[in-house]
Parts: sequence; structure tokens; C-alpha cells
Amino acid sequence: MSTTMVPPVPTVPAASVATADARPERRVAETGVWIAIATISMSFAALTSALVVRQSSGPDWRHLQLPSLLYVNTLVLLASSMTLESSRRHRGSFGLHATLLLGVLFLVGQVFAWRQLATQNVLLATGPSSAFFYVFTVLHALHVLGGLGGLGLVERRLAAGVLGRTTFKAAALYWHFMAVLWLYLLALLTIRG
Amino acid sequence: MTHGVTTAHAQPQSFLRRHVFSVDHKVIGRQYLDLALVAVVTGMVLSWIMRFHLGWPETPVPGLGKLAPTGAAGGIITPEYYLALMTMHGTIMVFFVLTTAPFAGFGNFFLPIHVGAADMAFPRINMMSFWVTLLAFLVLVSAFFIGDGPPLSGWTAYAPLSAVGKDAGPGQGVGQTLWAVSIAMFCVAQLLGSLNFIATTLDLRTRGMSLARLPFATWAWFITSVIGLIAFAVLMPACILLILDRVAGTSFFIPAGLVISDRLQPHAGGSPLLWQHLFWFFGHPEVYIAILPGFGIVSQILPVFARKPLLGPRVLIVCLIAIAFLSYTVWGHHMFLSGMNPLSATLFSVPTLVITIPATIICLLWIGTLYGARLRFTAAALFALGFVSVFVSGGISGFFLAQPSTDIYLHGTYFVVAHFHFVMGVAAMFGIFAGTYFWFPKMFGRMMNETLGKWHFWLTFIGVYCVFMPMHYLGLAGNVRRYSAFTDEYLQPLIPLHRFITIAALFTGAVQLIFLFNLIRSRLRGPIAPANPWEATTLEWSTSSPPPHDNFGGHPPVVTHGPNEFGGAGARDYVMQAEPR
Repeated sequence: MSTTMVPPVPTVPAASVATADARPERRVAETGVWIAIATISMSFAALTSALVVRQSSGPDWRHLQLPSLLYVNTLVLLASSMTLESSRRHRGSFGLHATLLLGVLFLVGQVFAWRQLATQNVLLATGPSSAFFYVFTVLHALHVLGGLGGLGLVERRLAAGVLGRTTFKAAALYWHFMAVLWLYLLALLTIRG
Repeated sequence: MTHGVTTAHAQPQSFLRRHVFSVDHKVIGRQYLDLALVAVVTGMVLSWIMRFHLGWPETPVPGLGKLAPTGAAGGIITPEYYLALMTMHGTIMVFFVLTTAPFAGFGNFFLPIHVGAADMAFPRINMMSFWVTLLAFLVLVSAFFIGDGPPLSGWTAYAPLSAVGKDAGPGQGVGQTLWAVSIAMFCVAQLLGSLNFIATTLDLRTRGMSLARLPFATWAWFITSVIGLIAFAVLMPACILLILDRVAGTSFFIPAGLVISDRLQPHAGGSPLLWQHLFWFFGHPEVYIAILPGFGIVSQILPVFARKPLLGPRVLIVCLIAIAFLSYTVWGHHMFLSGMNPLSATLFSVPTLVITIPATIICLLWIGTLYGARLRFTAAALFALGFVSVFVSGGISGFFLAQPSTDIYLHGTYFVVAHFHFVMGVAAMFGIFAGTYFWFPKMFGRMMNETLGKWHFWLTFIGVYCVFMPMHYLGLAGNVRRYSAFTDEYLQPLIPLHRFITIAALFTGAVQLIFLFNLIRSRLRGPIAPANPWEATTLEWSTSSPPPHDNFGGHPPVVTHGPNEFGGAGARDYVMQAEPR
């Protein structure tokens, strides 16, 4: 073991780094969302493969007629994506508020769709197709709920005038992904469900 | 905005914020290591009880009769309770020790410092992931005290045994549900942790820290995070489906017409194999989550004590990436006995054999680095060398298990127990020990006692070979695993070997008291550590021991060199990463 002196570490005063820096604005929020998208996609891919395997493992698969309310909810979610995009481009709070409202409306719509199925006695344990339907839609709704939380934070920061451009971009990226994921799930449940 | 300081937060003043609910990655890293220490002691005590019972099946385990009146009335372990101990031992060790210590623990403490950042990219998420991990651990061990004991379907929780509920035996009611909830929570924590590791490595590198200049341990943590991000993303939904089968009456994993404990199970159409596929799609990469940080730690430590640059640093990185990629193509080799099309078995066998190539290349790089070196035999260096030894010993038995024809005989025997304990259990532990002896001065500002460290190494090294080497012979002799006692005529002759293993296991476990003593005494009384006691090159050695709150005292370092510059001629034989050119 040695106790030699540590050579001096060259450092730059924090202020000068800012100007000399090639990457002036941090992208951690955006990177974080991309990583989240990757991992959420993986989870839903695993569930998709589970659905395919389960469908062929037993003779008890019955096609599930999706409640038509889901298509209305789809339009609501797509509209929320558009209002968010316009808000992001113009940094206006109106579009953001509309997105929050439409997001809540989507979740309320999903709850109504579940209740509609429940009154027809289609429950989680009714059969494999209904089980997968509830698993997929509830997990998606929870992720949307998380997205609403993130957008709430964006709204607060926008109102306070401290919202970073990339933070907004990251939040919007996540929200658009929720819409894309929903379209995928809708297609999957329609075709294979 | 500047590199390294943007996510820095002022140091909080209250005790709770500084030491308990801290967002400082160094505190969180230490918390993970403390948790792993508690977990490893728990897991080891469980293995002692199992080993004692295997050696002397008719002798009561001292004191156990009081602790587990139903599972071990009078101290004699029932077969079910043996399985419960085995399940808890495996789950605690794999998740809360081998994943928590080398990856979450050391990774949290050193990854941000290695890249020259002041903290993780998302410090609050980082704090959350630790507390969720702790909660998951508490939920798991609560199974000892709630209902009729811990689950008994193994750390792999194979369905339908794990899915049907309390008909399947003691602990399969509440205990198994607690297991599934705990593991689902653990997945969430690891996903959040991986997210932080990846974002920090990609975005928070200080000036001059190109990817090629990242220290090897950080490369390994980064690649491990990518593996974890995919693996835990599969295990989590699998656990959700398992929980639903157990509590909500669905049939994802339970087939029709299943009679357990004379009761027809009210489920239909599910696929037990589906659980195995989902589990092992996570489970095999998990092996690499446990061992790759060890690869990184050893690759970082060996050059420091060999005083030579690591041979082929780029080859190392390429091999680590190759292992990460291949780790997703081999999960079926755990299922050769589960009823698999022989063609699929071959398809899984080939990548399993191929993955040994990058692993072998890495071992050769280590050995090549040592060639002609004048090694400094510190405790850290010894454990790094021991890592290479036990990893190679465990890896070689992997060749036999990778091929369906031999695996069909060996899979249900102690041969497999020997294999995975060497290759991922002991090897990863040696990585943790090497990391501890190497980084303790940086983490706590005090040196560990080297003499005790060397004693700890040699006794442990001899001990683990005495424990696990004979298990290969047991396996070849047809000694099945997972049984609680080998009292029948066929296996009776192997009992003396079991007793030898038990004595060796108790001895090896007792040796760890030297480590614990060293850990505690050095923490309180060890000599004050200089900033760079090992004459190493990476950024953590450029700052004080222990590092200040924001790691570099408000001055993010500028990196001008790679991490591998050893052996130069001159007054000093190394160049630090942040040294001016």
C-alpha cells in the first residue's frame, strides 16, 4: 500500500464549463422516458406472448366482444395527444389543461367500459380472454394515471415559468407512447382477444 | 447548465434526510449493502439449518423446535419445512444479495463518481427504489411469521404448485402470495434502479469521459442495467399473473382437471409451462445480472494490483455486450426436463455453448493481464483471483449441463447445485468481497485490516471448495437435489460425504465472522485512508475518502485519460483519469 500524494486534479470553474460545454441542455428527462418506453414495451410484449401461449394451451378460449365505448375512449385519448402537441409547440397552457381533462375522461371511460362488461357478467375470472382483457386494460390505465401525474407536474412548472423545454418534450413523448400502446392493445384484443 | 452539478442538491441538515431518507447515491449505495449484509446472514443461517439436517437427519437442530413449532416440531425438520427453508434461502440470496450488493450497492455508490457526476440522474427515484427493495425484503421474510410459514415451491416458484393456493401444502397459502408480491415489488425497484444507471451513464458523464474511457466496473453496471431493464420487465407481469391465479380465480398457469390434496382445482386451460418460459426468460439473464458486476469489479481491480493495463479492454466490452445479448437466447436450457421438443432443446443448447466463448475470452484476458505481472497480493487482489478460480470451476461444469443428453441425467441432482453455487453464488460473493476490500477505504475513509482480510480469503477459498466440489460427485452418483433427507438404502452410503459438506459449510460460514469483525473494527478504528491508497486511476481515487456530498467539491473533473493506464516508466507507474496531459 502506498500513501503517495494524489496528483492535483484539473478542474474548471463551474461557470466556464457552462459556456465551453458541447451539450448545453440536459436530456435526462427525455432519456429516462425512452428507457421507460423500452421497459414498458417489454412488459406488454411478455404479456402478449403469454396471451398467444395461453390461447393454444386450453380449449376454453372464447372470443371477447369488446364494448363499443372503447372506440370512443380511443378517440378521446388520440385527441388528448393532439392537444398536448399543440400546447408543447406554442407553450400554451390551454392545450395542456385540455389534455389533462381528456386524459381523465379517458380513464373514466375505461371504468365505464369495465362496468359495462361486468353487468354482462364478463369478469376477470370468467375466462382467459376476459382475464387478459382486464390485465391489459388495467395495466395501461395505471400507466396513463402515472402520465397524468407527470403532466400535472409539467402544468405546475409551466404556470411557475420554470418548465424546461426537454422536460415538456419528455412528458409529451410518454403521453404519445400511451396512445400508441393503446392502439396496439386495441388491435391485439380485437384480433386475438 | 453544467455537467456534474445540475442534479446536485444542497446537503440536507436533518439526521433523517442525511442518513435515512437520503437522496445521496452514496448513502443509498451503503443502504443497499447493509440490506444485503442482513440478507446474506439470514440466507446463510437458513443454509446451515438445511445442511445440518442433511448431515444428521434424525438429530434435532438446536433451538429450531421453539422457532418453528409446526415446521420442525422438536427440532426435527419436516420435508415441507425443508423445502420452505430452501425456497427462502434461494430467493433471499438471488434477489436480495447477489442482485442487491454487487449491482445496486456498489453500482449506486461508484457509478456516478466513475462518470464524474454529482449524483444519479433521478435521485428521488433512486431513493424510492431502495425503499421499495427494503419493503420487498420485509414482505418476503414476513412469510416466516404469518399464516402457516414460508412457501415451498423454490425460488423459481414453478406453477401449478405455486399457483393453486393452500391445497398445495403449508406455506402455499399466504406465504406464496407474500413471495409473489415481494418479487413483483423487487422488480419495480430494480427497473427504477436500472433506469437511473442507464440515464446517468448516458447523460451525466463529465467532460472528456467518452464511453471508451468509462471504467470497466461502470461498463459492467451499465450493461447489467440494460439486461435488468428487459429481464425484470418480464418477471413483473409474470408475478402479476401468478398473483391473479392465486387470489382472483384466473387460470393463466393452472391446467384443467388438476387434483391436488384430493381436491379438484377449480381452474381450467392454463399452461404451467408458460410460467417456466416467463420465469426463465428473466431467470437466465438474472444469472448475468448477478455475475457481470463481478466481472467489472475484477476487471477493474486486477490491473491495479498487477500494475499492468488490462489486456484487450475493448475485447472485454465487446464480450460483455455479447454475453448480455446471448443471455436472452438460452433460457430453455433450464427446461430440458419440462417436456420440450428435442429440436427446441438443441436450439437452446447451441447458444448456451456459444455464450461460454465470450466468458472464456474474458477469463483469458484476466489471465493474460496477470502474465509477467508483479502482483501486489492484497485481500482485494486475492478475492479477485479467487473469483477467476471459482468462476472457471463453476463454468466448466456448465458444459455438461448445456447439452440435453447429459443434462437429462444431471439436472435433478447435486451436480446442478454445485454448478450454480460456484458460477453465480460463490463467484459473485467473491466479487462482492473483492469490491469491499478495494473500495472500503473510499466509502468509509478508513483502511481495512489486510492480515485479517488475507486470513478471510484463504479460509473462505478452501472452505467453498470443500463445500461445493464434492457435490459434483454426489450428482454423478445420482444424489437427487431438493430432498430433505437421504436415509434410504440407495443414498445412505453418501451420508458421510454429506456430513463432510455440512462441517465445511459450518466452518466456511464461521470464517465470515472474521470479515464481519474486520468490517466493524475498521469502520471504527481503521487507520485513516489516503485519497488513493491503491495507486489506482479512476475518478473515485481523485477525490477525498470518503467523497464530499457532491463527490468532487463543486469542481467536476475533466477527464483526459482512459482508466487503464498502468505500467508507464517514470516516478509513478500509473496515470490518473483526470490528470492533465
